[in-house]
Amino acid sequence: MATIVVYVEQENGKPIRASLECLGAARAAAGSQGASVVAVVARAGAKDAAAKLGAFGAAKVVCLVGAARPSADATARDVARVVRDQKASAFLAAATATGKDLAPRVAADLDVTLFSDCTGFEAQGGSFRVVRPWLAGKAIATLSTQAPVLCATTRPNAFAIAEVGGTAEILDVAASDDGKAIVTSVAPKPGGKLDVKEAPVVVSGGRGLKAPEHFKLIEDLAAAFGNAATGASRAVVDAGWRPHAEQVGQTGKTVAPQLYIAVGISGAIQHLAGMRTSKVIVAINKDAEAPIFKIADYGIVGDAFEVVPALAKAVQEVKAHK
Amino acid sequence: MKIAACIKRVPTTEAQAKIGSDGKSLDSAGFQYMPSFYDEIAVEEAIKTKEKLGGDVTVLTLGPQDASKELREFIARGADAGAILVDPAWHARDARSTAKALAKKIGALGAELVFLGRVATDRDNAAVGPMLATYLGWACVTEVVSIEITAGKGVAKRETEHGVETVEFALPAVITCNKGLNEPRRPNLKGIMAAKSKPIAEEPAEAVANQTVVEKVELPPARKAGRIVGEGAAAVPALIKALREEAQVL
Repeated sequence: MATIVVYVEQENGKPIRASLECLGAARAAAGSQGASVVAVVARAGAKDAAAKLGAFGAAKVVCLVGAARPSADATARDVARVVRDQKASAFLAAATATGKDLAPRVAADLDVTLFSDCTGFEAQGGSFRVVRPWLAGKAIATLSTQAPVLCATTRPNAFAIAEVGGTAEILDVAASDDGKAIVTSVAPKPGGKLDVKEAPVVVSGGRGLKAPEHFKLIEDLAAAFGNAATGASRAVVDAGWRPHAEQVGQTGKTVAPQLYIAVGISGAIQHLAGMRTSKVIVAINKDAEAPIFKIADYGIVGDAFEVVPALAKAVQEVKAHK
Repeated sequence: MKIAACIKRVPTTEAQAKIGSDGKSLDSAGFQYMPSFYDEIAVEEAIKTKEKLGGDVTVLTLGPQDASKELREFIARGADAGAILVDPAWHARDARSTAKALAKKIGALGAELVFLGRVATDRDNAAVGPMLATYLGWACVTEVVSIEITAGKGVAKRETEHGVETVEFALPAVITCNKGLNEPRRPNLKGIMAAKSKPIAEEPAEAVANQTVVEKVELPPARKAGRIVGEGAAAVPALIKALREEAQVL
């Protein structure tokens, strides 16, 4: 019986949402194959996180315990060992900063190639295949591998979480503590701001906002949603108005939220590539001819300085009545 | 210290995708190319490191023979030599076969420090850097936004969704570079003249069979036509209604 190994990232004993989605992707593909899903968790808090994973589709959880010095290369060696021990035919991790750092090392340790940031993962016959964007989404490729193990990372927000409500067998394994590069400290993001790649709602601003201080409008609209991250076009990041971590597009981040609101963004092709797979797109722009309206589901032609505060207020009212 | 910076030729960000006649590739006929955006940051960091600690910088690419054009551009900025691992099918190489060929060459160069962009903006895998490090058995820090290298070791910072990690490592190491790490310099006339006489070595890239099988490549499904709900702040109630009742995302 085939096995899929999934690396589950956790924070303070709580599995992160993108990893639960990844587990969901594995569970859905495994179901049609009679395959089983084995999760791997590491770092402080692993035991607490492990206890929660049976409910999300893991049949077994391997806990890498006892490492004092967190290291991606050491964890990757341990994870690759689990993949070998389980005779897994696929390995998945979420395409987060941690997952993207870890998965290529696991793949190289296994001497197999990697497919990053996949939007599809499915069983086909006895093996698996993935769907992933090329050129930041200007083309979509369906790929499989001749390697014995398919290694891939899954894009946050692209897969459904499987709430199956089972319990998993938990297995402790001593983690390696011989990392070549060691994480010595983590400075948390101020105010626990959501990342543009993970947030279910993204509110992005562009040059139409005219000055960096006007991004207050974007921040206020994001705050009205409560579950939104702020994003930015390349033009305003290059101008130094916003940090690069917020940049959406081909030379920034590719996002797929439930709702993407583009404010004062004309819609250059490299920006569209980074957000066109969003479920619903709203564009607010003064220029009725702006290319962004061509891919938007809903558009408002108008001045951001009038429309955005009114929208923030209306969203706030809706949220208050829920 | 021997330093290498790896670059990749990619279609410009303005490029439109057209599917090849086999349905399994991109039609590259209309493509203009450029070095991947983050590679400029990688080469800049290699040159800065050389200026601080001494040594020399080799700019390395796996690509077509005429990639010497991009290599000269980077040599003009301050790199010392270029090397092309020539493969006419460079654009079809998968992450593993690229990483293995680079690892072999990096070993032969005797480099101790390798810089790459955090991702190449064509296949967007962000895999070659950490795979290269794994094949070499070296330390690796990805998506670096600040770095300090001293004798035999380094400290780097990388941004994650949750904060900024500080990572300590010993050389040799592979570093993948994110925007914010530095401001790439432009070549000056003296550099451009000097670059003409700098060596660019060519050798066939190590043959490593791709594991990737391309089953099909398609254009993304067209989004269904949207609509303008109105003009100005007066359109907000109509938008809210649409988001709640039609789209059900609010």
